[in-house]
Amino acid sequence: MAEKLQRYGVYAAVAALLLFNAIFTDNFLQVANLRTQLVQMAPVVLVALGMALVIGTEGIDLSVGSVMALAAAVVPLYLGFGVWPAVAMALAAGATIGLVNGSMVALVGLQPIVATLALLVAGRGIALVVADGRLKQIKNQELLALGQPAVVIATAAVIAVVVAVMLHRTTYGRQLVAVGGNRAAANLAGLPVRRILIVTYVSCGLLAALAGVLATARLTASDPSSIGTLMELSAITAVVVGGTPLTGGQVRVLGTVAGALLMQLLRATLIKHNLPDSTAQMVQAAIILVAVYIARGRTR
Amino acid sequence: MTVPADAVSGRRELVAGFVQRHGALAVLALSVVTASLVFESFASFDNASGIAIQSSFLVIVAIGMTFVIICGGIDLSVGSVFALGGVLAAYASRWGTLPALVVPLAVCGAIGLLNGVLIARLRLAPFIVTLASLLGARGLLLSITDEGASTYLVPRESSFVEIGRGTLWGLGYPVFLALALAALAGLVLQRSRFGQSIFAIGGSQDAAAMMGVPVARMKVLTYTLSGLLAGLAGTLNAARLGSGVTILGVGLELDAIAAVVIGGTLLIGGAGTISGTLSGVLLLGVIQNVINQIGNLGSSYQLVTSGAFLAVVVVVQTYLSRTQRLH
Repeated sequence: MAEKLQRYGVYAAVAALLLFNAIFTDNFLQVANLRTQLVQMAPVVLVALGMALVIGTEGIDLSVGSVMALAAAVVPLYLGFGVWPAVAMALAAGATIGLVNGSMVALVGLQPIVATLALLVAGRGIALVVADGRLKQIKNQELLALGQPAVVIATAAVIAVVVAVMLHRTTYGRQLVAVGGNRAAANLAGLPVRRILIVTYVSCGLLAALAGVLATARLTASDPSSIGTLMELSAITAVVVGGTPLTGGQVRVLGTVAGALLMQLLRATLIKHNLPDSTAQMVQAAIILVAVYIARGRTR
Repeated sequence: MTVPADAVSGRRELVAGFVQRHGALAVLALSVVTASLVFESFASFDNASGIAIQSSFLVIVAIGMTFVIICGGIDLSVGSVFALGGVLAAYASRWGTLPALVVPLAVCGAIGLLNGVLIARLRLAPFIVTLASLLGARGLLLSITDEGASTYLVPRESSFVEIGRGTLWGLGYPVFLALALAALAGLVLQRSRFGQSIFAIGGSQDAAAMMGVPVARMKVLTYTLSGLLAGLAGTLNAARLGSGVTILGVGLELDAIAAVVIGGTLLIGGAGTISGTLSGVLLLGVIQNVINQIGNLGSSYQLVTSGAFLAVVVVVQTYLSRTQRLH
């Protein structure tokens, strides 16, 4: 019973919320509203997918919000060379942060929470230094095109499928889960544990940078001081609510997407029924606790 | 040349242990000396007392965090609890000084207690429980301040502000309180049953339980203490500012964790000192001060330096503790 609840609880909750809104919320089932909900959750989904991979290796990545800020800061610097070089540089910046995170975890043997905490603090600082602490308007039409709802939603959907395939159909995916399940055993079995860890943190950095680029295009401005703040919390929440245990060895891709959707719908429901943000936060806290309480039975 | 291998490894182990325990203090001393030589205005009493008062709130929070981390946990909620404590204190100060102290401590202590019960009794992960209470406490704060729109002021004639603004020998009261608490916490940690229990729990929870340490009760106590201290720091800050500022405390948990880790406390639990934490907090304070002295460097450089410091310290620590463990 507990196992079923952990595995399918998030889908049931999403279905219940959808049903509730369809009946009690005016104009909920309109295309415009549904599109807004999906666009708003897309960056969270991207970051949460990377976070799910890292959590699958029994790690955590607190630096994702700062990586988004760094990507946002880097993009306008290289727009002169065209939109794709600029996006590539932003992704490279994210991958670099991921590489540093991964090296500290895999080679030095630091606890993920400290290693990525250092980059949470330093990353946003670097972003602000790069951007000179200023907000920059984005006028490049090609970049702004990346912020259109259809593009943002499609990107998130494609990436979710790619991550799922990578996890379930490639050697790397199986190795990742093995490392998270029992690192010592994976090591003894001859898996390249260090390389797997580094690749995972780099992937997480890449996805966070992509989220930063898309969010910047949507905002039509590069705002490294505020973009992605507390994103690590939203991403971890989506992953945990989606049924991925923090103890590693399992990753639920679809669950993570559903977790992000659940938190988005919850917030939208509370807002549309004129409940204040404070209530939304307290409800969110309660849901996180319920989700980990349900997950507890299996992980012990 | 024949130097016994044991002697060499023994000496290396000794050095490694010393650096790990007192590294933060050495770096602090070095930074202070360098800063005094480079910046004329650094080595003045006014500047030093400024650093002291600004650091005193973080010291109080970091003491609680030290206890939590030594017992093998983490408390991410302290930033929100700090802000909540300040708002409650400012709100309650209309009824007098005593309520302004008791109300925030009671609420923040209750949040810590809730954290502790969920972690110790229900065995939920500390990281995620305190993450939830980070959100919950911030939500509570918003709900009592009309979604952050109203800032409660401490009545002008209230004696409550004196607690935050009063000075003795040119130093603010919060500085003395923070020092007294640090001394008390050091004593509790090293010399009391409670202190020894949390070292044992952090070292090995199962072994501690088998030795008869009441693990759950000690953990609940630790998280309650952390909540209380964060609330107290928020209260003092509200007294100093004369108002309950709603946007404070975001990211304070990270500063506290950074200070504790820089101070030589191991994040895996089982080892750590209050004096190290004190050095860690002061080091962060000095870095911030130096960056302010340079003037045209923004606060973004402070983030870069603090983050880099943290990374370097933990990398060095990991190597040192590995050296110790090998022998």
